[in-house]
Amino acid sequence: MLPAITADKLTKRFGDFTAVNQITFEVKKGEIFGFLGANGAGKTTAIRMLNGLSRPTAGKAQVAGFDVYRQTEKIKRRIGYMSQKFSLYEDLTVRENIQFYGGIYGLPLAEIRRQMKQLVAGLGMEPYARNLVKSLPLGWRQKLAFSISIMHNPEIVFLDEPTGGVDPITRRQFWEMIYKAANEGMTVFVTTHYMDEAEYCNRVSIMADGRIAALDTPHALKEQFHATSMNDVFLNLTRPGRQAS
Amino acid sequence: MRTILFIIRKEFVQIFRHRVMLPLIFMMPIIQLIILAHAADYEVRNINLFIVDHDLSQYSSRLVGKFQASAHFNVVGSAFSSKTAFDEIQQGDADLFLEIPADFQRKLLRDNGAGLQLSVDAVNGVKAGLANAYATAIIQDFNEEIRTEALGPGAGKLPLSIASSNWFNPELNYFTFMVPGILVLLVTLVGMFLSGMNIVKEKEIGTIEQINVTPIRKYQFIIGKLLPFWVIANMELAFGLLVGWLIFDIPFVGSLWLVFGFAALYLLVVLGMGLFISTVTETQQQAMFIAWFFLIIFILMSGLFTPIESMPPWAQHITRFNPVAYFVEVMRMVLLKGSGLMDIKRHILVMLGYAMAVNGLAVWNYRKRS
Repeated sequence: MLPAITADKLTKRFGDFTAVNQITFEVKKGEIFGFLGANGAGKTTAIRMLNGLSRPTAGKAQVAGFDVYRQTEKIKRRIGYMSQKFSLYEDLTVRENIQFYGGIYGLPLAEIRRQMKQLVAGLGMEPYARNLVKSLPLGWRQKLAFSISIMHNPEIVFLDEPTGGVDPITRRQFWEMIYKAANEGMTVFVTTHYMDEAEYCNRVSIMADGRIAALDTPHALKEQFHATSMNDVFLNLTRPGRQAS
Repeated sequence: MRTILFIIRKEFVQIFRHRVMLPLIFMMPIIQLIILAHAADYEVRNINLFIVDHDLSQYSSRLVGKFQASAHFNVVGSAFSSKTAFDEIQQGDADLFLEIPADFQRKLLRDNGAGLQLSVDAVNGVKAGLANAYATAIIQDFNEEIRTEALGPGAGKLPLSIASSNWFNPELNYFTFMVPGILVLLVTLVGMFLSGMNIVKEKEIGTIEQINVTPIRKYQFIIGKLLPFWVIANMELAFGLLVGWLIFDIPFVGSLWLVFGFAALYLLVVLGMGLFISTVTETQQQAMFIAWFFLIIFILMSGLFTPIESMPPWAQHITRFNPVAYFVEVMRMVLLKGSGLMDIKRHILVMLGYAMAVNGLAVWNYRKRS
């Protein structure tokens, strides 16, 4: 089976600053792939290169079998993306956001209607479907944004810190949604700051200073670093002046 | 096509959802139109005149009386020294003073001619020129009167006299002249700002990323963004013309179809510029500054406030690139003179070229990735 994502020495430089430095990894189909790293480690830049928003400086990468230099528009049909910045229109209602994104992904009207019902019911948001998105609590908005980002049934979904600032209960619900999508065969590429969330991933890569410092299953990483939790693994790897293991 | 419709629907929903937007789009320009049309008037009235009459004769008081009777002049005072009059001008209380020499009447009767002195504050060149011209006309008139009295009827006529007739705006009504032009400015302002702020706003709130990661085509996005504002600006023009007709009695000599046809093309240029600005800027503040930079030049060099013909040659060349100048001219030509399609052919071709260039640039410069 072809991997969902392959990156080979993928690099992005902004002037003298190397944001992403020769990262190499593979993400398997249907996998939940955690992308960890401190602020400024280069996670968002890496995602933006993979989903076609930012042109790599060097290296190679394929997403859903397409080249990130030349075939970005083909990639875009096959991926979903939930950016770190809030990505829904706050001055539109829940329904209008669903209609709009469904529309620009080219879903048929009947399909948009079907999804609308299913999505709103799934989130338990029927009473609020005609409310403006800005009136919803952050956790709901994030769940809605995730649902909308996978409305067109993409092969891969990129989630950039989807649970930032969200309460623990909602985070839990959010991860249930991620698992559900993965069970249906979707590949999930997710960045996070929460180490408990790292434990939910099939495999985890930890970025530091633009490089991938470690990549394995959470279990294997803990063994490798003789740590009891992902938190310790993370601190070990990202602490300044750390020793290479 | 369907994608474009979804964008258009979203834009309309967003525009009409904001309760301040509609009044902003329709009421503000109308208020501006009414205020500007009354204020932006070339005619100079209420010129403050100071009199220095050393003669105090029958003739000198007749001359002063003519100035007092004129709608253009206010006689603000009189004195017997030109020093006082000069001080009045210095303080800004008077715009000009007329000095009548002591032997004015005697010289007129004996020598058949006398001198007068007009001193004009020329800080405002336009006003000074007009004040001078009005005063000269009054003195000329006075001159003819006393010649007729002294030498009998017919003798007062000067050998050459010019009778002018004003075509297309016979009463020299400034509303007729200004309102179509001001309307152009208002439509331009609304169009450029609305479109200029639009994409930048999506950049600021971050939704542009979400759009850019979809398979949407650049032209779909630009058209979807442009059309709603194009419709609104056209409606605004229609509304403004209606107000011009109802309140200012603007004549509609030419074809309204032609006006709207040209407006359709012109708005593509203006909105395209706005969109282009929003592709090169990152914040609404930056977009606002750049839009203003161009608008100020476009407006002041549009021929609305100062005739293009009286600009220096280099500036006249610049106005050839000024879309506002073309539309102001077309509005005046069609509405006041009744010019037809053939008369504005050149304007149409220039606008067409402009529209293609600007919108091509906007589409080309809109980047789905950095």
